[in-house]
Amino acid sequence: MTEEKHILSILVDNQPGVLSRISGLFSGRGFNIESLCVAETIDPNISRLTIVTKGNMPVVEQIKKQLNKLINVIKVHELTGSKYVHREMALIKVNAKQENRAEILRIVDIFRCKVVDVGLDHYTIEVTGDEGKMEAILTLLRPIGIKEIAKTGTIALFREPK
Amino acid sequence: MELSGAQILMKMLMEEGVDTIFGFPGGAVIDIYDEMARTDIKHILVRHEQGAVHAADGYARASGRVGVCLVTSGPGATNTVTGIASAYMDSIPIVVITGQVPSHLIGNDAFQEVDIVGITRPCVKHNYLVQNTNDLARIIKEAFYIARSGRPGPVLIDIPKDVVNTKVVFKEPGEIKLKSYNPTYSPNMKQLYKIIDLLKTARRPMIFAGGGVILSGAYKELADFARKAQIPVTTSLMGLGAFPATDPLWLGMIGMHGTYRSNMSTAACDLMIAIGVRFDDRVTGKTDIFASQAKIVHIDIDPTSIRKNIPVSTPVVGDCKITLEHLNKLMAEADLGNLKEKRSGWLHQIKGWKSAGSLNYNQKDIIKPQYVIEKLYELTRGEAVITTEVGQNQMWAAQYYHFDKPGHFITSGGLGVMGFGLPAAIGAQVACPDKIVVDIAGDGSIQMNIQEMATAVQYCLPVKIVILNNGYLGMVRQWQELFYDKRYSCTCMEHAPDFVKLAEAYGAKGLRASKPEEVEEVLSKGLSTDGPVIMDFRVEREECVYPMVPAGAPITEMLLV
Ligand SMILES: Cc1ncc(C[n+]2csc(CCOP(=O)(O)OP(=O)(O)O)c2C)c(N)n1
Repeated sequence: MTEEKHILSILVDNQPGVLSRISGLFSGRGFNIESLCVAETIDPNISRLTIVTKGNMPVVEQIKKQLNKLINVIKVHELTGSKYVHREMALIKVNAKQENRAEILRIVDIFRCKVVDVGLDHYTIEVTGDEGKMEAILTLLRPIGIKEIAKTGTIALFREPK
Repeated sequence: MELSGAQILMKMLMEEGVDTIFGFPGGAVIDIYDEMARTDIKHILVRHEQGAVHAADGYARASGRVGVCLVTSGPGATNTVTGIASAYMDSIPIVVITGQVPSHLIGNDAFQEVDIVGITRPCVKHNYLVQNTNDLARIIKEAFYIARSGRPGPVLIDIPKDVVNTKVVFKEPGEIKLKSYNPTYSPNMKQLYKIIDLLKTARRPMIFAGGGVILSGAYKELADFARKAQIPVTTSLMGLGAFPATDPLWLGMIGMHGTYRSNMSTAACDLMIAIGVRFDDRVTGKTDIFASQAKIVHIDIDPTSIRKNIPVSTPVVGDCKITLEHLNKLMAEADLGNLKEKRSGWLHQIKGWKSAGSLNYNQKDIIKPQYVIEKLYELTRGEAVITTEVGQNQMWAAQYYHFDKPGHFITSGGLGVMGFGLPAAIGAQVACPDKIVVDIAGDGSIQMNIQEMATAVQYCLPVKIVILNNGYLGMVRQWQELFYDKRYSCTCMEHAPDFVKLAEAYGAKGLRASKPEEVEEVLSKGLSTDGPVIMDFRVEREECVYPMVPAGAPITEMLLV
């Protein structure tokens, strides 16, 4: 059976220890986590976790059931296959010597991202977008020289029906 | 009304109907113990915290109520982990209360501090660190609710010492409402109609029942269902007693040490109705050819059990008892044809497998362990509550003591904990003071929690211990014999205590049988003696448990002798 990427959006009680219950469930049962993001929702008692995982259908079904079984898990949504928006964010610090500063700014412009920090020999760029966009900007910046990257995992929400 | 945390704890425990706590004190729980002494709750002081959890587990299984155990922080708490993991694997409702260092010391490596909530997270149904005395009453109520509802399991409550000592205005917690926890008890009726359809066409159906049937109290419903539909029944180890072993439809246990007819039926059946089981690897053997000719119906309260190990054609999430009640009703309305006639070929085929006599043995001049169990069965007329240790003793108990009723076979099935049987027997005896409780043990296992003899003696709990003494860690030795060319690496217990003298040292009675003629006498004497007794049976040293399916093989590939 083929392994595919699945995005799970999980609402949980906003309590200490809940994240470790969830990450422990994945590690203890040999499930895979590609990325995990977590923060409070508008209800301060509830947090949303977005987990990107990989697995075949039976495995993903098990993951969802096992998550649902945790007492602190309120709701598990699978976003894969339905309409949803998803974003990642990255901060990319690039070498910015005199000779390539203009080119970097051109790239920033094309990708509609932002320079959030400038130094004598660096720019730090903030990018948001989907995976494809991340990959594309990195491909262009790599030859110029990337010093450091910090990336979030995916966050995602259903699209409301129009 | 202002109450301390300790007072709230006691009040709530009594509201939950707790009459007995198994435990061991220490600095972190000294105030709880002080408060408890002022209540009517009976406390059984064990000799090791592992014993306390197993005893609470045995109590829960024998009584059908939640078992409770109370221990101190740090080492007291860590000593409970094995017992908690065992209860988790077997879905036994217990509440474990651990003391914790005062809140302001948590995280500072304080004396006897350990993150027990972190340690036990993977092996509890749920756990709590209580951070405020105001939350205590609600947490206790929730803990009991979670432990006993849905698929039952252990819940741990870690209570810092300052939470115990702080006084707050007591407020009765309201109804429990957990946004996130709503077990499904009633099955989807559409699925049940599908089962009825399957029953109409099936030629070789079988029922595979497990611990879930016992936990949900579906004993009568299962028997009605099987008899009405004329379907033979096998059970897992945990399901022994879910269906009467004296019923003509009984196939015997399934799996690694299951009967020949049960395993062969599994391979030949065209419909398997699995109820309250989780298709453990000790049951299925090689999974891809398990029941390969059958459509599998799986009824379980826990959705994660379904399709975890085995593909299922008809999944039913629901409580076993409620589901079987519905099914029995639907069956009464449906026309299933002349079942006796329809099943005669299948039941005849099964009879043929039965005559393979997979549980035969020859009692000659050295005591056979099987013989001891059969005699025990005869002498107790099958009415004793049997607990077991783990190993050959456990399997012989399962094979040769026949269970007609639930709640009479108490064993660490999922985790397989050596040292479980004696403390579990203590718990069962507390729950059932009028029953004969027997721990069937190996000489290796009994030494793992032998200290609980003192507990049995102190509280006049007349548990009987039958040691099948083969001088080996027998089950491992059996594997070495069969699969490692008899290289008995570290399985010969070269030094064991004199169990008769040991019993006497604890203030109990000790008896020994070394010859087959002595077996019956020792058993009758032991069973009729008041108070705890150890009976040491010197059995054939290299006896093996048969039939056996080698680990990972298809369950039809059985070694018969
Ligand atoms: C705590 C624990 N440690 C190790 C094992 C592995 N184990 C399973 S059966 C067995 C041998 C048990 O020997 P004994 O209690 O003498 O029983 P017998 O098999 O001889 O009846 C062992 C070591 C276990 N199940 N539990």
